[in-house]
Amino acid sequence: MTWLSTSWPRVLELTWSHLLLSLPAILLGIMVAVPLGRIASRWPRPGGIVLGAASLLYAIPALPLLIIIPFLFGFPQRSPTTLVVALGVYAAAVLVRTSADAFTSIDSKVRESAIATGHSAGAMFWRVDLPLAVPVLVSGIRVVTVSTVGLVTISALIGVPSLGTLFTDGFQRGITAEVITGILAVIVVACVLDAICVVIGRKLTPWSHTRSQPKRTHEPAGEAKA
Amino acid sequence: MSMFLEAFTWLADSAAWMGATSIGHRLGQHLIITMIVVGIAAAIALPVGIAIGHTGRGRGFVIAAAGAARAVPTLGLLTILALAMGIGITAPIVALIVLAVPPLLAGTYAGIENVERTTIDAARAAGMNEFQIIVHVELPLAAHVILGGFRSATLQVIATATLAAYVSDSGLGRYIFAGLKSRDYPQMLAGALLVAALAILIDLGLSVLQRMVRRSVEPRMPRPRSRVAGPSLKGAS
Repeated sequence: MTWLSTSWPRVLELTWSHLLLSLPAILLGIMVAVPLGRIASRWPRPGGIVLGAASLLYAIPALPLLIIIPFLFGFPQRSPTTLVVALGVYAAAVLVRTSADAFTSIDSKVRESAIATGHSAGAMFWRVDLPLAVPVLVSGIRVVTVSTVGLVTISALIGVPSLGTLFTDGFQRGITAEVITGILAVIVVACVLDAICVVIGRKLTPWSHTRSQPKRTHEPAGEAKA
Repeated sequence: MSMFLEAFTWLADSAAWMGATSIGHRLGQHLIITMIVVGIAAAIALPVGIAIGHTGRGRGFVIAAAGAARAVPTLGLLTILALAMGIGITAPIVALIVLAVPPLLAGTYAGIENVERTTIDAARAAGMNEFQIIVHVELPLAAHVILGGFRSATLQVIATATLAAYVSDSGLGRYIFAGLKSRDYPQMLAGALLVAALAILIDLGLSVLQRMVRRSVEPRMPRPRSRVAGPSLKGAS
């Protein structure tokens, strides 16, 4: 406690750096995984290759990936970019399967009706497929968010500051309170971001709860779909 | 790219293959740690997972444990235990067990729980007792899902055993940390490539095993995955 009372500005500062590393990585992962997942659900054969490659990529532990990526792409060692790209690749590798499942699970009747009412391919993606994929996508994004926030801590090992710095610094100086503060701070950040994902997911799918409450009594048949 | 050549030169250098810090020795350490940890974790997770999957009690506990394990930063757990238990191999092993139990538990529980209720009822009707149902019906049918949990736990352990080199002188992660400290990039990259190759090989091996086990039970099953009656069955259990 005494440690925290003097060092809380440092904890806040590191929390901020932590967010600046995690959020871009998560967003990068989403932006890569969603289109790839859509492609994989549409064309299963090349999709299977993408999913297989993603699962292999995910098998590589994070620290070696952090070491290999800068040499592969010519990034400077020990840079935040390396970390964001490595963890973004990781996030994408996990998310691509969920994303493929999300698009595959869309009812084909809904898509046929959308074609019948004159949706173009672009409109189909933005106005039909993507909104309907949101609930499953959000479940995957929540998993990725929590695990990315935890993984960012290894940035401290390559000298990029984040909440993980509290682990390495606390370990080297033997301050248990510092390490515990770090663990708690990471868990708090993960929980907050997770909650934000849930809220965003609800905002993006207003129909999913306005409907479930009143319709359950009138239309039990509608439940079979869920 | 030239750094990769240097890393391969480092790997090919006979000096890297000799003495107490040799690649063979470090690889052996990494594998032995992984086997010990996964073994102990399985001894804890399998009985508990089977009990929960079979009785359906304590499901919330598994879900909470799996979620919490995902949020706890592995490096934080390693350093806090190393501070508490001293530098050495004990702290990383305890940390690794803590991390390996949840995926194993989740896999075991999910595998057992997903066995078709009618199959279990049929076994019971045929006169099997609870123990026989678990050993002869649930475990064989759940084997590939349990192996899936085993696979993700093993990969998690291999990954974290790399980080364990930060608090103890063990495993392939040593090359990465030694290289980072002395800016010996070929050594660092070689260490990273070794761990990546090890993880990919083990993942591929386990996925082949998983597929074989799955194929050995699936033909006898009436396509369980595509059934529509799923929700009603779940409600009954």
